[in-house]
Amino acid sequence: MHLAYPAVLSALLFCTGLYGVLARRNAILVLMSVELMLNAVNLNLVAFDVWLSRTAAETLHSGQALTLFTIAIAAAEIGIGLAIVLAVHRNRGTADIDRLRDAAESPDDSDDGPDSDAAGARAAEKAEVTA
Amino acid sequence: MTTTTLAVLVPLLPFLGAVAGLLLGRTAPGYVRPVAVLPTLTSLVLSVLVAADQGGGRAVDAATELTPTGSVPVELALHIDGFAALVAVLVAVVAGCVQIYSTGYLRDDPRYPSYAALVSLFTAAMLLVVYSGDLIVLLVGWEVMGICSYFLVGHYWETPEARAASLKAFLVTKLGDVPFLIGLFALGTAAGSFRITEILATVASGALPHPTVTALLLLAGVAGKSAQFPLHTWLPDAMAGPTPVSALIHAATMVAAGVYVVARLLPVFQASTAAMTVLAVMAAVTMAGAALAALAQDDIKRVLAYSTISQLGYMTGALAVADRGAAVFHLLSHGAFKALLFLAAGVVIHASGTNSLAAMSRMSHLRDRVPDAYWTMTVALLALAAIPPFSGFFSKESVLGAAEHVASGHTGHAPGAAGWTVLVAGLVTALLTGAYAMRLWLRAFHGQGAEAPDHGRQPLVMNAVLWVLAVPSLALGGFAFRHLPAWFDGRDLAPTLTTSVLGTGLALAGGVITYGAWRHTAARAARTPLGAVAAHPQADAGLVEAEAVAGHTPAYGSISFAPDPADPGRLLLGPLHRHAAAGFHLDAVYAALFVRPIRGGASLVRFLDREVVETYVRGAGAAPRLLGAAVRRAQTGNVQTYVSALLAGTVVLAVAAVLRATGA
Amino acid sequence: MSIAAAGPGFLSPTGVEIAFLLVGLVTFGAALVTVTTRQLVHAALWLVVALGGLAVEYLLLTAEFIAWVQVLIYIGSVVVLILFGLMLTKAPIGRSPDADSGNRGVALAVAVAAAVALVWVVVDAFRTTWIDLDGTVAGSTKVTGESLFRNWVLPFEALSVLLLAALVGAIVLSRRAKADTAARTPQAQGDRSTGRSTDRSAKDAKDTKEGSR
Repeated sequence: MHLAYPAVLSALLFCTGLYGVLARRNAILVLMSVELMLNAVNLNLVAFDVWLSRTAAETLHSGQALTLFTIAIAAAEIGIGLAIVLAVHRNRGTADIDRLRDAAESPDDSDDGPDSDAAGARAAEKAEVTA
Repeated sequence: MTTTTLAVLVPLLPFLGAVAGLLLGRTAPGYVRPVAVLPTLTSLVLSVLVAADQGGGRAVDAATELTPTGSVPVELALHIDGFAALVAVLVAVVAGCVQIYSTGYLRDDPRYPSYAALVSLFTAAMLLVVYSGDLIVLLVGWEVMGICSYFLVGHYWETPEARAASLKAFLVTKLGDVPFLIGLFALGTAAGSFRITEILATVASGALPHPTVTALLLLAGVAGKSAQFPLHTWLPDAMAGPTPVSALIHAATMVAAGVYVVARLLPVFQASTAAMTVLAVMAAVTMAGAALAALAQDDIKRVLAYSTISQLGYMTGALAVADRGAAVFHLLSHGAFKALLFLAAGVVIHASGTNSLAAMSRMSHLRDRVPDAYWTMTVALLALAAIPPFSGFFSKESVLGAAEHVASGHTGHAPGAAGWTVLVAGLVTALLTGAYAMRLWLRAFHGQGAEAPDHGRQPLVMNAVLWVLAVPSLALGGFAFRHLPAWFDGRDLAPTLTTSVLGTGLALAGGVITYGAWRHTAARAARTPLGAVAAHPQADAGLVEAEAVAGHTPAYGSISFAPDPADPGRLLLGPLHRHAAAGFHLDAVYAALFVRPIRGGASLVRFLDREVVETYVRGAGAAPRLLGAAVRRAQTGNVQTYVSALLAGTVVLAVAAVLRATGA
Repeated sequence: MSIAAAGPGFLSPTGVEIAFLLVGLVTFGAALVTVTTRQLVHAALWLVVALGGLAVEYLLLTAEFIAWVQVLIYIGSVVVLILFGLMLTKAPIGRSPDADSGNRGVALAVAVAAAVALVWVVVDAFRTTWIDLDGTVAGSTKVTGESLFRNWVLPFEALSVLLLAALVGAIVLSRRAKADTAARTPQAQGDRSTGRSTDRSAKDAKDTKEGSR
């Protein structure tokens, strides 16, 4: 079998997963897309392992071993990832990636004035909320 | 101790006193008064000893070169002849009197320590000018006096008048000092030395390249320092300073320095007929104009200030007719009686709570409150008006005599036109002097109306100083005119009959006319109520004076002028009164000539700075700000956007790497 | 082209190749549906199809053990976990109009560019490479087990520790969230039912954080 077949399929799956990671809004869908990308890599690893184990006399089957490891790590990743998504969902009431924007300045900071006013306003708001 | 050592100590002691006063002022306030008074009195004693040692004989010359200073050497040199010895004694006497007087006058002033230290420094600088035999060393003292006068005139810096006056004094004298410095350099390069003796030798050998230009340059500095027309305008305004400072500046030190320097360098001026003529015209304009202005002033100290300018005009007039003996003689006697006048005026201002003659003329019995000031001031005013046998008579007659001598054809050392100018102006001024002295005396001490407030006796030190100074005002001239020629150039200083009769007659005529006018106008005083006194008449004399100066403009509408129909000067001067009161609008001329163009330039620069330069600065700030805003827009906080950008970059880099690897 | 001539050409595919291609198409299509469908649960189910297709591909590549592991772990546990996650986050059943974010255009551009670049490079590099699938099976359970426990024992054990750590981590995260939720449940319920704005939710979140400190 041509190596190009699994390799191209792997590339296409990877890019599909890539699109999902970038385009999906729900965090769980993003995790699913990540799984797709991981599987694409796995396919690559298996295909190259099969090819190399035929050509080389002695082989460690490192591709298949790594695939197993990847699957295990993916399982761990999905567990942790889901736990995080659940925690976020409980705290924020949403699991939408594009609404989790705490890394950006809040809208009242975006005017051109000095930061102190906005910071003060935020501090006041925070105090009010805490109370 | 040798004469040289004594002479070095004379300026050094007040200087050390000033340093000690500045250092001790805060830590040991108890020592401030002795530290201020004792060095000055010691240097008075030493200067008397120096004068006795010198004795009018050969000049004492000593010099030491501290370090090589390039092409023209600068030496620490002493040159003590009869002029220097006697002027130093005068300076020390007046400075000592002022220091003693200040202990009473500024008794409660919180800034007394720095004040006393500056007065000491001022004295040291003047003594340095007097004794110095090297022009650069002389210039050091000259400039130190300038800065000290700035600080002392601005002693009451809380009042806007004092701030403006100190700045004006500083700037106007500096305006003269720049040409003066250039003139000194011209002399130094011509002679190859800054030593006065060598420069005079060069002048005598006729080796001075441009005598007229050099003399005129020096004259500018002298006019600034000695308050001669047209640079005299700072002196009346400097009355915003404390009275003892006025006495010190006007009687003995700063204004005398200019006359003294011309006396020292008189051969340089004599080398140029044009310079002598300019000097004579300057003297004539100054003495007559200032006397007219003095007749119109309302502030008692401004009257005295203008009279100082006028008397300085006599001294420069004497120099213009090349008789420096007469000039320094008048300097000495004027120093004594003008110091007395100022110090007595300080007492009067303290007692009456005002500096306005209009207000004083509405107080009766002021003379009973301050009998010491009344009597000593009478003596000093008689001396000022040159009534025999007071000292002013002899010194002024020596000036007029010298002018008459030149005018009558003895033009060997001065142009005849200068003689005539000085003589005529001097006689006119004698008339005016009698008039304004009489006006001051009548309006200050012979007022009618409410009784003057009684604040108790004046401090003893202040009254004692007045009597000490009354002695030379009374008798110096009569005793000295026979002996002084031996100290000076040997020229006869005795009064001649013609000028004596003319001068005294004119002065008496002025006094009598003023008395008549006063009799005519004094009745109006009761009908026009006027007058305002200081807010705290019971307070320390310095504070009363500061308040009086600050209150003059709000109360009377002008710093120099009061709308008083009872003023005899108003009757005498007629329509001229308004202009004379404003100092013949010279300040307005200066404002139009210098202040407004400079202000215009400044506002132009301000416009350029604010609107043009700052636009670039703002642009330099705004561009990164806009860029930052644009970049900030990209920071949405959406992780997917970031990852998209990251991966897009990765793809681009990967493609680029592959293309590079395959050589495409 | 001389090298290409050495191996079998693309125009005469073998049976394995045809099977691989067909299953690959199904897998790729299922993956595309997974990332584009608007129904979240359907996405998870289509993911099952894609992962199952991959398992078949492993079989075709003679990697039996991996294929069964794929079925067991991915289809058996991961997808189940994902479905649980969807349920727990109250994912809407049926079409949700906002399954894709506004980043879609950029994502498409980046993905297509990456796909073009990768496919181009891979095809360019491996168009002549031939895998000989005949002979001994490369990925039988025996072979894989020998390799794993002969050569990869230490990483294997380290991986087990990693899994344990992940397990503990997931439990800790869930427990902590549960404690917070207990305190906040009424408010959170109210939020969700009234569909309040994101800002308000964010503020609530801040508030929760403040409270937890």
